[in-house]
Amino acid sequence: MKQKFDIIKSTCVPLPLENVDTDQIIPARFLKATTRNGKFFGDNLFCDWRYLKDGTPNPEFVLNDPRYGGCILVAGKNFGSGSSREHAAWAIAGYGFRVVISSFFADIHKGNELNNFVLPVTVSEGFLSELFASIKADPATEVEVNVPAQTVTNLATGRSERFELNGYKKYCLMNGLDDIDFLLESRAKIEAWEKANAR
Amino acid sequence: MNTLFDKIWDAHVVQIVPDGPTQLYIDRLYCHEVTTPQAFDGMRARGIKPLRPQQIVCMPYHNTPTHDQDKPIEDPVSKKQVDTLAANAAEFGLTHYGMMDSRNGIIHVVGPERGLSLPGMTIVCGDSHTSTHGAMGAVAFGIGTSEVEMVMASQCILQQKPKSMRISVEGSLGRGVTAKDVALYIMSKMTTSGATGYFVEYAGSAVRNLTMEGRLTLCNLSIEMGARGGFIAPDETTFEYIKGREHAPKGEAWDRAVAYWKTLKSGPDAIFDREIVFKAEDITPMVTYGTNPGMGMGIEDTIPALESVQQSGRASFMRSLNYMGFEPGDKLSGKKVDYVFLGSCTNGRIEDFRAFASIAAGRKKAPGVVCWLVPGSWMVKRQIEDEGLDKLLEAAGFEIRQPGCSACLAMNDDKIPAGKLTVSTSNRNFEGRQGPGARTVLASPLTAAAAAVTGVITDPRTLM
Repeated sequence: MKQKFDIIKSTCVPLPLENVDTDQIIPARFLKATTRNGKFFGDNLFCDWRYLKDGTPNPEFVLNDPRYGGCILVAGKNFGSGSSREHAAWAIAGYGFRVVISSFFADIHKGNELNNFVLPVTVSEGFLSELFASIKADPATEVEVNVPAQTVTNLATGRSERFELNGYKKYCLMNGLDDIDFLLESRAKIEAWEKANAR
Repeated sequence: MNTLFDKIWDAHVVQIVPDGPTQLYIDRLYCHEVTTPQAFDGMRARGIKPLRPQQIVCMPYHNTPTHDQDKPIEDPVSKKQVDTLAANAAEFGLTHYGMMDSRNGIIHVVGPERGLSLPGMTIVCGDSHTSTHGAMGAVAFGIGTSEVEMVMASQCILQQKPKSMRISVEGSLGRGVTAKDVALYIMSKMTTSGATGYFVEYAGSAVRNLTMEGRLTLCNLSIEMGARGGFIAPDETTFEYIKGREHAPKGEAWDRAVAYWKTLKSGPDAIFDREIVFKAEDITPMVTYGTNPGMGMGIEDTIPALESVQQSGRASFMRSLNYMGFEPGDKLSGKKVDYVFLGSCTNGRIEDFRAFASIAAGRKKAPGVVCWLVPGSWMVKRQIEDEGLDKLLEAAGFEIRQPGCSACLAMNDDKIPAGKLTVSTSNRNFEGRQGPGARTVLASPLTAAAAAVTGVITDPRTLM
């Protein structure tokens, strides 16, 4: 799970739909699992779009299209809205995606991705529509995500943008550390707050 | 600046991480069976115990069946998840209201009704509808499972401070217009992402005049426009509701608490990052026509034309209408309904059952419509019985089931079959949300009751 980030260069899987909610990313019936089994969630990523009613792959869905692959998912704006289920992030990570590019992410899902070492990269609407066009024209289009420099580049057109990532989270991602490691170190500060705020 | 959100948030800051998030102290963590097993596993793997177990309350409510709760759950996978929560709560020394416990129910109904959620608190749960508790004047928001583990481990969470927004609804709500309609109206104007990155304070005379049940419904739906949370400054309505409840402060502690709670309001000079005002008179009973909660309209309106949708959103818009089997320009009133669902953390409270009963009383359930009436908690169910609403509804051909999330997300047996059209008082009309292929129209309890007795989507005002 705790993969270190540096520079990622990959082809992309395009999903040019807006408002993709977490019920689509992983339907509720897969939430009954009591373990964090990445393969199980990854196998059921976008299940109701990916498989036909008889369980065979839907040839019209992008994950079943042999032209597209890679560890970068490119999605329309407002990706991950709705339910807070972290299972959505587990499914994305479990499938093998390391980066999701969109022009807008829903808050809770964005945090869930980061907590699972999947990097949400927010780009401008212009960058996103150009990237969709590049991938459509050539499925072999590659994107470079440079975490140290906080830049994302469409290698087909050369267009590059800087993306937001706070210094703390960047340090965590590049060094494979999570928030709990940090919080457990802060016990004295927590107890001091409790003492000062006892009612 | 100087907003109520700032006051509560700032009072809970343990530290601000340089070039990073804020470490925020959490007063209450609620746990349910779906989003916690992996957090408990994480605690075990690290060999740690909850820092403040007395501030954590657990209960199952997603997988619970809505009948025969005194018998073991038939679905072995659901049963395992519910049993796992009970075992984890016992192992880690946490309070647990199990199935059939008189305090069990959906936490967003139970927290307020037992006096667990109080003004000025920070409250989190691995459930996006945790925003509901904001109605008590608390900062409450949904979190992921890793964050549940963070809070168990440290009673703190790392979060970027959201921006602040005030949404005011001024004026008087019309006849047949409920808090649910207000929320669906706001969402239809804001879209499902219009409040992403913000915490919303609801204000204005129409909001002030809502009952606590109405306020809980309004705050519940904050997430559906992307807001992390929504809240209402506590006032006499809030204090009156809390007084005497199981975990409410008592005696001198009550007086001290109320004195503090009265200070919880935005200053007259408060500056919000965004301010929006709606007119109550513009709101009618609402229905949704698409596959996200922002796709709503007045019950007598028609579905927008494709040309009125932004270019980048047209593929999603048409996909949504195709799924629903509707066309641009369609009117929903008069469409045949197969199922009606009253319940969920949005509309599973006593007032919602009173509203439904007010339309159903003296009428009969339409033949061919399947109706599921599911209270949000055992306490609500008991109140329904105490008020005689169960008898009244039974006479009209309805049955009250046992509490839980039920058909809102169909994790138990209450699944809407593929293709069936449902008028639902729940919170999400996403594809497959109420069962694979199910088609959902979100509406108020009054509109749900009107559909239940007529068999078609009906403006409830025609039956009042």
